[in-house]
Amino acid sequence: MTEITAEHGLDPSPKVSDEVRCTTCYMCACRCGIMVHLRDGKVRYIEGNRKHPINRGVICAKGSAGIMSHYAPSRLSKPLLRTGERGKGEFREIEWEEAFDIAVSWLKPLRDDDPRQLAFFTGRDQSQSFTGWWAQQFGTPNYAAHGGFCSVNMAAAGIYTIGGSFWEFGQPDWELTKMFMIFGVAEDHDSNPIKLGLGKLKERGVKVVAVNPVRTGYSAIADEWVPVTPGTDGLFILALVHELLRTGAVDVDYLLRYTNAAWLVVQNEGQADHGLFARNAAGKPLVWDRARNGAVAEDAVDAKPALKGEVRLDDGRRAVPVFELLARTYLDERYAPANVAQETGIAAAQIQRLAGELARVAFEEEIVLAQPWTDMKGVRHETMIGRPVSFHAMRGISAHANGFQTCRALHLLQILLGSIDCPGGFRFKPPYPKPLEAHPVPSSASTPNQPLRGPHLGYPRGPEDLALDDAGRPIRIDKAFSWEAPLSPHGLMHMVIANAHAGDPYPIEVLFLYMANMAWNSSMNTEGVIAMLEAKKADGSYVIPKIIYSDAYASEMVAYADLIFPDTTYLERHDCISLLDRPICEPDAAADAIRWPVVEPDRDVRPFQTVLLELGVRLGLPGLTDAEGKARYRDYADYIVNHLRRPDVGPLAGFRGERGERSGRGRPNPEQLQRYIENGGFWQEHVPADARYFKHANAGYQDWAVEMGFFDGPMPVTFQLYLEPLAKFQRAAEGFGNRVPPEHLRPRMKRTFDPLPIWYPPFEEETLTATGKLDGFPLHAITQRPAAMYHSWGSQNAWLRQIHGRDPLFVPGGICDELGLKDGDWAHVISHHGRITVPIARMEAVNSRTVWTWNAIGKRKGSWALKLDAEETTRGFLLNHLIHELLPAKGDGLRWANSDPITGQAAWYDLRVRLEKAERPAAGSEPSLSATGSPVAVGPDEVAFGKEWCR
Amino acid sequence: MTCLPGTSAKKLGLVIDLDTCVGCHACVVSCKEWNTGGYGAPLSDQNAYGADPVGAWLNRVHAYEVTPAGQDAQIVHFPRSCLHCDDAPCVTVCPTGASYKRLADGIVLVDEDWCIGCGLCAWACPYGAREMDGQANVMKKCTLCVDRIYNENLPEEDREPACVRACPSRARHFGDLGDPQSEVSLLVLARGGFDLMPEQGTRPVNKYLPPRPKQAREATDRGAAGVAAGHERPEGFLGWLDRALDKLG
Repeated sequence: MTEITAEHGLDPSPKVSDEVRCTTCYMCACRCGIMVHLRDGKVRYIEGNRKHPINRGVICAKGSAGIMSHYAPSRLSKPLLRTGERGKGEFREIEWEEAFDIAVSWLKPLRDDDPRQLAFFTGRDQSQSFTGWWAQQFGTPNYAAHGGFCSVNMAAAGIYTIGGSFWEFGQPDWELTKMFMIFGVAEDHDSNPIKLGLGKLKERGVKVVAVNPVRTGYSAIADEWVPVTPGTDGLFILALVHELLRTGAVDVDYLLRYTNAAWLVVQNEGQADHGLFARNAAGKPLVWDRARNGAVAEDAVDAKPALKGEVRLDDGRRAVPVFELLARTYLDERYAPANVAQETGIAAAQIQRLAGELARVAFEEEIVLAQPWTDMKGVRHETMIGRPVSFHAMRGISAHANGFQTCRALHLLQILLGSIDCPGGFRFKPPYPKPLEAHPVPSSASTPNQPLRGPHLGYPRGPEDLALDDAGRPIRIDKAFSWEAPLSPHGLMHMVIANAHAGDPYPIEVLFLYMANMAWNSSMNTEGVIAMLEAKKADGSYVIPKIIYSDAYASEMVAYADLIFPDTTYLERHDCISLLDRPICEPDAAADAIRWPVVEPDRDVRPFQTVLLELGVRLGLPGLTDAEGKARYRDYADYIVNHLRRPDVGPLAGFRGERGERSGRGRPNPEQLQRYIENGGFWQEHVPADARYFKHANAGYQDWAVEMGFFDGPMPVTFQLYLEPLAKFQRAAEGFGNRVPPEHLRPRMKRTFDPLPIWYPPFEEETLTATGKLDGFPLHAITQRPAAMYHSWGSQNAWLRQIHGRDPLFVPGGICDELGLKDGDWAHVISHHGRITVPIARMEAVNSRTVWTWNAIGKRKGSWALKLDAEETTRGFLLNHLIHELLPAKGDGLRWANSDPITGQAAWYDLRVRLEKAERPAAGSEPSLSATGSPVAVGPDEVAFGKEWCR
Repeated sequence: MTCLPGTSAKKLGLVIDLDTCVGCHACVVSCKEWNTGGYGAPLSDQNAYGADPVGAWLNRVHAYEVTPAGQDAQIVHFPRSCLHCDDAPCVTVCPTGASYKRLADGIVLVDEDWCIGCGLCAWACPYGAREMDGQANVMKKCTLCVDRIYNENLPEEDREPACVRACPSRARHFGDLGDPQSEVSLLVLARGGFDLMPEQGTRPVNKYLPPRPKQAREATDRGAAGVAAGHERPEGFLGWLDRALDKLG
């Protein structure tokens, strides 16, 4: 045999691309900066933008696979009008002119008669300040985005408690923190920043603790695992609080400076003012000054406020400081570690040790930065003191019926440790924090041919701000801001179809959806929702008469729409990632960004926001049209540059002023988008050094924020340990005030609207217990988010579906042994609502009473240009079929929503199930819904992307 | 059979930190994205939109569940690609000379013009690091992005493998493992980096850094007591509070 040694030709410097264009990714909600390499007019390669504040050059699996989504065979290519029955997927291609004519003919009469008849809900889009403004101009009260079924508990609890929250509002101080605790599934939101942060912590040897029933993803690399039972995070947190109080490990100085710990709460049981703050004539909350031995306004500069002790106010009423109520509540034995161990699944010793570690790191490893700053009382501080423990949570603790209070409990824990916006703790991102007073209250009163007076979504301060008509009935179709979900600042998109179908509170004429897969993974009770979309009245017409939908892809929802506006891909459009909306700022910088068409569409599609503007002009909406009825904005790009929300404040904060010299405030700059493009698609302005921490109470920060246009006067935040608006609802539930809830809601409101964070069992469990059925559903069932797949928008992606194209149900080893299940077996998974049959996989690194799967892998046959036998349809599945939008019947003649009673957040993770071994069904996973037709052809057998450039 | 070139002084390779890898697959897809339009034939995908889609990938991440004695079960994410072995059996087994190791930097490559798609090298590789392309019928493997790391059309900071460029948790490091003073060599030294399956005698260049030990849940060492001793009742705590307030003045 000849031995071969040869020289091989190899070009080490091949051409990479003709041009690189910088824009913003949209393969998930993270909004990383990307560099799109173009070659021969095609996308050759996408990589992360090293200069971008969000991802600093890195890119995730979804981002790299953007090419496969951009060129996906499931892209829609033409406006469509339904020809067959709903669900058949039979359409006629129409021209844009016809599409607009039809939409105007449906919508114009509604605006003339009753704007409520339009329900406009958008999904995962990030242009809500624009879509909300459009809906406001139309005049319908029925607008929201998808937050109600996502993480509104986190967002609402954060705003009400600290004036911000995680992700878009703030993040751990990755550079300085010395202990990090992460709760629940978090791999999908803020994904690259968290991965970058974890990398930094690992480099510094910082301890990471994962509180998650499932030990995958970020939890897999954590130094310590807390395998919490789903729905008990709040109890675990309050046990930590119990331990901190018991051991005196709280930052008293911090509590006095930055929280309402000393505010006096009126003690007048059975009266209208019980539980409200004692206030002076000017409405300022009072504290008890130990020096004067009398009540003074909470902002009195020289007061020495008491944190304990009942006092008698000048008017004779009794009052105690918040902190005493708090201490008495959480020092109660109910929250002792030994007494929560069984419910949480966490040993008392672990809870005690973790509380001790948090206390040690916070107080014994204190950080002192030699950075002078001045607080809002004008007091200069020579240093910034840090308590370097930090936390992150998102959907995992949110998506429960006790989620709002659990999220509040987490903020309580942070506050007691003194670790909010300090070195090494949690850090706010501009333009947050914003106090409750900086947010609007919801607007809902509609008048024909008039815009709504204010924005739809806001933060009620009490019953007076609810969206109720004179008879106390909900004004909104989703019943947001009603007694059923009073503090629902993201709306309740998951209830829209069910309510519209039931005509409760009233029927609607047009359902208009954008980028929301409500006929599949975005709905609870998927089959039920499909039936509602298909339901007809006696006269043969649909119960929900008209459905308009915009999507870029042939998703499951397309088959249920009557009129389709085909959207572009994210590389073909303008967008702005705006400070007015869901910003991408960093703790040390205000930042915003754009998308722009780095490639032109090769189909007859238009970007949805531009379509919405055109539609608005044809409807003659104020704000969109000038005095002559002509379009004010040529297209969305023109709107981004020229729209003003307040004087000198528009969608983009960068390169304002006629020469682009202004940041934050400034006249529109006609060259603004070009300047963004030249700058890599984004803009950022750094926070001044003395404004980096304590933003809630830092005069330097507040001045800078006003200068930048975040608000027009300083907006410091006092952290609300005790949340007075909840006390107002408790009083309403006792019958006080001129707006009171219906009788049947009163006991629940009284119990759950505790002004101090509390824990109560998830409602599904509680209802099953009350009806003696819990034994039939002994297991918890949840989903986790794979980092490489984002909701359903990854399933058409030829590369990502090779990573997550099928999903087993992961079952704890002990349960497998009990039921005789082994890897590859199939099982029925049964809830109070339904049954699915799915493949299982054995797993040990999971809470012993919890089964789980990846979210939204299963697809419906006929969708996404997949072949009918695609594994997403045969070996993928949705848990959604088991989850009902209503709780099991209690026998009280009512059906209660499967939602948080405060915010209305969908309680996805409260699901209880049992397993039974099953035969593999012939067609694979069940239910196996019939195939829908599709407006797009099935994708090709083979993909060999980049062939033309290969050597 | 094909000869190895003798020992290369420069040994370019990867150091992969199993303590930091969250299994996000960023490296997997960025690798595919770069290489499908670059070195050799594209990395094709069969049944791309059907049942059992299968494509050629140069890097994959596997998740293993392990239960160390006396501890909770845990997941280890394990990225797997060519280790550019010094004694590369995939090279010596190649009947045509297509599979080769470069003397200059130690990178193991396949010359696709010479490859007959016999698959012997994939059988010989104990790591399963080679994949046959289903369309071109040539063997694909990690090139260490040889068309990036020397590429003068890229800015200097980008002359690193696509997987390293992408990795969001910075679990992947690239450098010369033949130089004991290089950053990667020092990292291996500091963290106890190890060879994968050393008993195979392949002398891999790539190294893995082990996951650091996990905290046992049962451990009761509290780290430290709180500021004050235990107050079992609210009254005790509120008494402490007075003293704390007095200290603040």
